[in-house]
Amino acid sequence: MKLIKNSAGRLVPNEVNGVPQTPFMGVGKYRPSGAQAAPPIRSCADYPPDGDKRIASLKAALEKCGLRDGMTISSHHHFRNGDLLMVPVFEAAAQLGVKELRWFPSAAFPCHEPLIEHMKKGTISWVEGSLNGPLGRFASYGGMNGMAVLRSHGGRWQAVQDGEVHIDIAVLAAPTADSFGNATGDRGPSACGLLGFGLADSLYADRSIVVTDNLVPFPCVPWQIMGQNIDYVVELDRIGDPQKIVSGTTRLTKSPDRLLIAELTARFVQAAGIMREGFSFQAGAGGTALAFAIYLKELMLKAGVKARFIRGGSTKYLVEMLEAGLTDYILDGQTFDLEGVRSMRENPGHINTSPFTSYNYHGKGNFAGMVDVVVLGATEVDVNFNANVATHSDGVLLHGIGGWQNCLFANCTILPIPAFRNRIPIIVDEVTTLCGPGELIDVIVTERGIAINPRREDLIAATKGSGLPIRPIEEIKAEVDALVGGPPDKPELSEEVVGVVKWVDGTVLDSIFRVNNN
Amino acid sequence: MSDAFVSGKPDGPRPSDCLVRYQPKPRGQLKIQVESKVDVLFGRSIKALTEQTLTELGITHGLLEIDDDGALPFVLQARIEAAIKKAYPDLEAASLPQIQSHARYPGSRQRFRRSRMYVPGAQPKLMLNVGLHQPDGVILDLEDSVAPAEKSSARLIVRNALRTLDFFGAEKMVRINQGARGMADLEAIIPQPVHLVLIPKVETAYQIRLVDEKIAEISAASGRHEPVYLMPIIESALGVLNALSIAQGSENNVALAIGLEDYTADLGVQRTSEGSESFFARSMLVNAARASGLQAMATVFSDVQDMEGLRAAALEAKALGFDGMGAIHPRQIAVINGAFTPTADEIEQAQRVVLAYDDAQAKGLGVVALGSKMIDPPVVKQAQHTVDLALATGILAEEWKREK
Repeated sequence: MKLIKNSAGRLVPNEVNGVPQTPFMGVGKYRPSGAQAAPPIRSCADYPPDGDKRIASLKAALEKCGLRDGMTISSHHHFRNGDLLMVPVFEAAAQLGVKELRWFPSAAFPCHEPLIEHMKKGTISWVEGSLNGPLGRFASYGGMNGMAVLRSHGGRWQAVQDGEVHIDIAVLAAPTADSFGNATGDRGPSACGLLGFGLADSLYADRSIVVTDNLVPFPCVPWQIMGQNIDYVVELDRIGDPQKIVSGTTRLTKSPDRLLIAELTARFVQAAGIMREGFSFQAGAGGTALAFAIYLKELMLKAGVKARFIRGGSTKYLVEMLEAGLTDYILDGQTFDLEGVRSMRENPGHINTSPFTSYNYHGKGNFAGMVDVVVLGATEVDVNFNANVATHSDGVLLHGIGGWQNCLFANCTILPIPAFRNRIPIIVDEVTTLCGPGELIDVIVTERGIAINPRREDLIAATKGSGLPIRPIEEIKAEVDALVGGPPDKPELSEEVVGVVKWVDGTVLDSIFRVNNN
Repeated sequence: MSDAFVSGKPDGPRPSDCLVRYQPKPRGQLKIQVESKVDVLFGRSIKALTEQTLTELGITHGLLEIDDDGALPFVLQARIEAAIKKAYPDLEAASLPQIQSHARYPGSRQRFRRSRMYVPGAQPKLMLNVGLHQPDGVILDLEDSVAPAEKSSARLIVRNALRTLDFFGAEKMVRINQGARGMADLEAIIPQPVHLVLIPKVETAYQIRLVDEKIAEISAASGRHEPVYLMPIIESALGVLNALSIAQGSENNVALAIGLEDYTADLGVQRTSEGSESFFARSMLVNAARASGLQAMATVFSDVQDMEGLRAAALEAKALGFDGMGAIHPRQIAVINGAFTPTADEIEQAQRVVLAYDDAQAKGLGVVALGSKMIDPPVVKQAQHTVDLALATGILAEEWKREK
């Protein structure tokens, strides 16, 4: 393995976990070739004629799937920090004496901290997926026996579809399912809305297990996961904590500074002429993004403007807009609260999407690129508008990429972020980890002013004379640096690569270096 | 650690703040221990500033411990000085951050004071961005929002904030404590770039004179030439009855404010949302202020969630004759400013009156008429006030007369 400089000027390994890599070549430069991966051909002769695929326990199901050393087990993260399934799955694997597994979740959360023990014991070698919290920290300090591979939601689909990641066994948490394996997320005690993040797994894995705590008689309709793609069904008492499935992210911010940022963002969208009849937007579920949606709603009402579609993650705030007729559709990738789940069940205009329809870059287009304006977060931005969402300025990996990279392809990408957090400036000379190239990031909104990427002459012209505090990014940076007594020192990171950030096309955008433990 | 001197909140978290403990020793080495959440990024800077501060204070022995959660330099400096001065109350030396150019801008007696935002003096995190919410004034409070243990620290944090922070054009105000503590507050505050001092619980003009004299004395000693404006706060029955003499107690008075929590407590009545129990006091205050050429400032609205209630309260205060109101949360500022800013109709009407007056002046007419109606001089004065407010808040352009 050696490090090479990619077209973004970042040092990246030419090999990750034994697999040769293509360094990032620039946005839209890399072209894939060949055919997609495909699962093995199966026969009805090998499945129960009555369609009842139930197996008594997780352990038995894993055994039936032929679990052995070195395999890849995948899972989705629709339960977020309320997942009660994946720790028992790896406990069952450990009981079977299996070693060196790769866990391939769409994301890991603090609730998965117990899996660190399984990594130390060797049941799991490494995790490939968004790492939020303790697992990210563990990886940062070089704890895993393999590199963390951070992919966007679209990038995960691309990796599976392109055969870059082969899933041996998919474990699919299903809030409601039948014994045939049809499954849905929009009802049941662990309802999470939809199951789009598990869809690729069900289509491409060698074996797929549906696990549910709400078994219904066949047919489970409408199904989001098709029983025809499922090998086994396991019934457990509880697979998710409903409180945590929908909590956390949907709280509206109370911080006056963040509310100010959200308000400035909404005003910018209006001033730039983006908020017009039939437009579309996407805002995440962070406190500032939610507040943005509320301010935008007020401006839309005042101007008498309606959206054609809003892209979720949905929340009760978006549902209110749908039900008030302020948008024709919510195209939803995940639901963040119970109102979102209810609306998905009840509203014909609340549409269930997957990373394939929304985000996959190796396809014939996707929804994220068609959005007029997207509002996203970041941990750092540099003066060239490059942004970081994975690591903090001290180099520690704490967040996944989610749909963030995929959303950068919207017509206008806005990052509303505080200019500093607890003395740490957000605008830096060079991001610690590059997750999104500056050429795709158009506007930074801080409480101290709005910086427009000089490439977007159209936005600069449109917002001239708007009364908004539009300033050069360097000027905002200088003001904050002076305030915090900075610029801050750079962390001293080791030369050892503990993780990589993939771009949406599977090329390697940046490396995450081990944080020195001193 | 019982013999340690402390500045800071004893229990965390302390975002953008820190805890400093100093244990004096008569001899031996000076030991500094720093634990910081931002150590990787600012560890060197914290260490250097700590050493510089201790040198400036002339401290050469003892143990100094810092538990830091991202305090800005001016806060760190103030907390170190505060802990040291708890150990050595007579220490004259100070560790002053440099006055930033953005911290110094001229004040004005006549400026608009629609919203004045209270910020607790011991909570620096709330000071950093407060000016961005565009209040007409920022009050760094040393009085009721500061716990007794934090009083001396707050004084130094506020002093340093006045020297370093940008309040983006807001009038820089400090509410001092009562009595001797208030006098000590003035010693720290007056040499700094500050525009106005709020004096709490004023009951007689004598209290104003004491403050005024102290300010004159400190100004002379520190070479300060700009005036320090005063805003007495009336919070008792006696204060209300003495409102006129209080208003006229100093040439530096620019406004009278009323504090209704203490006032209703003084009367022994409940404070209600309709406020009939304080109607007399509010009206008295407005009249005393007007009679003395001062502005009248309404009290705060304490439910920070209820924006409609706030708007109603502000409009009621405006109807009673108040010029502005206190804010305790930045989101209240826009609502208050909106309520005390004239409406489009009011401005339109005022413009017509002012133009008619100009017209009458130009023609040498003694009587101003608008259509068939005669306009009295007080109406012209009121209209000019409305136009001024519209100009000051950017609703009207300076050259509006040319456009008409």
